[in-house]
Amino acid sequence: MCLALPAKVTTLNDDGTATVDLGGVRQRISLALVDGVGVGDFVVIHVGYALSRLDAQEAERTLALFASQQGGAP
Amino acid sequence: MKYVDEFRDGEAAKGLTRALQAAALPHREYHLMEFCGGHTHSLCRYGLLDLLPPNVKMVHGPGCPVCVLPIGRLAQAIRLAFRPGVTLCTYGDLMRVPGKDRLSLLQAKAQGAHVKMVFSSQDALAYARAHPNEEVVFFAIGFETTTPTTCAAVQQAKALGVKNLSFLINHVLTPSAIDAILGSSEARRGQIRVDGFIGPGHVSTIIGLEPYRRFARDAKTPIVIAGFEPLDLLQAMTMLLQQLNDGRAEVENQYTRAVQSEGNRKAQALVEATLELRDEFAWRGLGTLPKSALKLRPELREFDAELRFDLADEHVPDHKACACGDILKGLKRPTDCPIFGTACTPDSPMGSCMVSPEGSCAAYWQYGRHRQEQRRSA
Repeated sequence: MCLALPAKVTTLNDDGTATVDLGGVRQRISLALVDGVGVGDFVVIHVGYALSRLDAQEAERTLALFASQQGGAP
Repeated sequence: MKYVDEFRDGEAAKGLTRALQAAALPHREYHLMEFCGGHTHSLCRYGLLDLLPPNVKMVHGPGCPVCVLPIGRLAQAIRLAFRPGVTLCTYGDLMRVPGKDRLSLLQAKAQGAHVKMVFSSQDALAYARAHPNEEVVFFAIGFETTTPTTCAAVQQAKALGVKNLSFLINHVLTPSAIDAILGSSEARRGQIRVDGFIGPGHVSTIIGLEPYRRFARDAKTPIVIAGFEPLDLLQAMTMLLQQLNDGRAEVENQYTRAVQSEGNRKAQALVEATLELRDEFAWRGLGTLPKSALKLRPELREFDAELRFDLADEHVPDHKACACGDILKGLKRPTDCPIFGTACTPDSPMGSCMVSPEGSCAAYWQYGRHRQEQRRSA
């Protein structure tokens, strides 16, 4: 039930919804729970709603932390 | 897919696995509970349980709303779906869950009940508006992740003056379930041991970190909020081990790309304006817990299906062979259940844990771990 996935906003519609691209699948979702979302932003979507905006900088920081573990002792 | 594939990278997983193994001190045991059924599935799907050092044990938690919904509440929805003129809109996850006398929503539909599967509360709203002559009921289940999406539809229905839509609210609260596990008699007797929690990532996008702080502070149990990809989980487990090694009990956030410490304030305000606490709610496995679930506020009672259709609570016991209750508490593993994979399979389920997409029995079945465990014990 709590399955949620990151999707890219491609269009803002004027009825409080956005069209997102979810790995090539286009879907209309509600923006009722988030403010200030723009085209090109990634949002975390769940049962047809955006739950939160995905923070690209934080994502990069987490990936950098993963990469820094690569040299760990075997 | 961006923000998914990078978090499944095999090379990075090797480094993170080495870090996890290095963090596990050989002289001690670590019992970690992943609260969320989505995490259980990731652990099984990506084979992460095989990468764990032998002294790190994962205890699967109750974070699956379909699994914790007691049969009585499902039976209530099924009864409603048989009423003339009523259409019950439900998420697909619930369709095959065995209810009273093992009757599922899917079987009820085959027998003529009006059950419509929807993807979103928005679909239920749109269906009600398009079918003004039907009484449409949205079967609203879920933890805090899903709760605000129901609230958005309630408020829209009110604003649009939709009279033929009501909501059967079964939204439950994560902190209540954590309370129930930490405070259970089995935990006091040492039958359930949880040294730290992998916290639910998507619940936390809504509620933030604050509701967990009392578990760290009072129960001295560390919590790391984690994303759902395999690298997220490997990192979160290492963070938990490090806290335990250092003797710390804090709330840490591994899923920083999606979870802010204050959560989603707009969604919190919407829930606050729409729902209030129930005095108590019966959970499968965890029992009847005080202030653990939500209902519509008095000013929105016109949308409450329980009042509109005068629905009474009904207690229906689980099938006596089914171990779902003990599995949800962390007392048993799916493979401890005598009917796992024999009398209970996804094709012919006896309990919710086998059929919910987030149930731990479903995870063990789907990803073949039951076969591995049998081999190991042979």
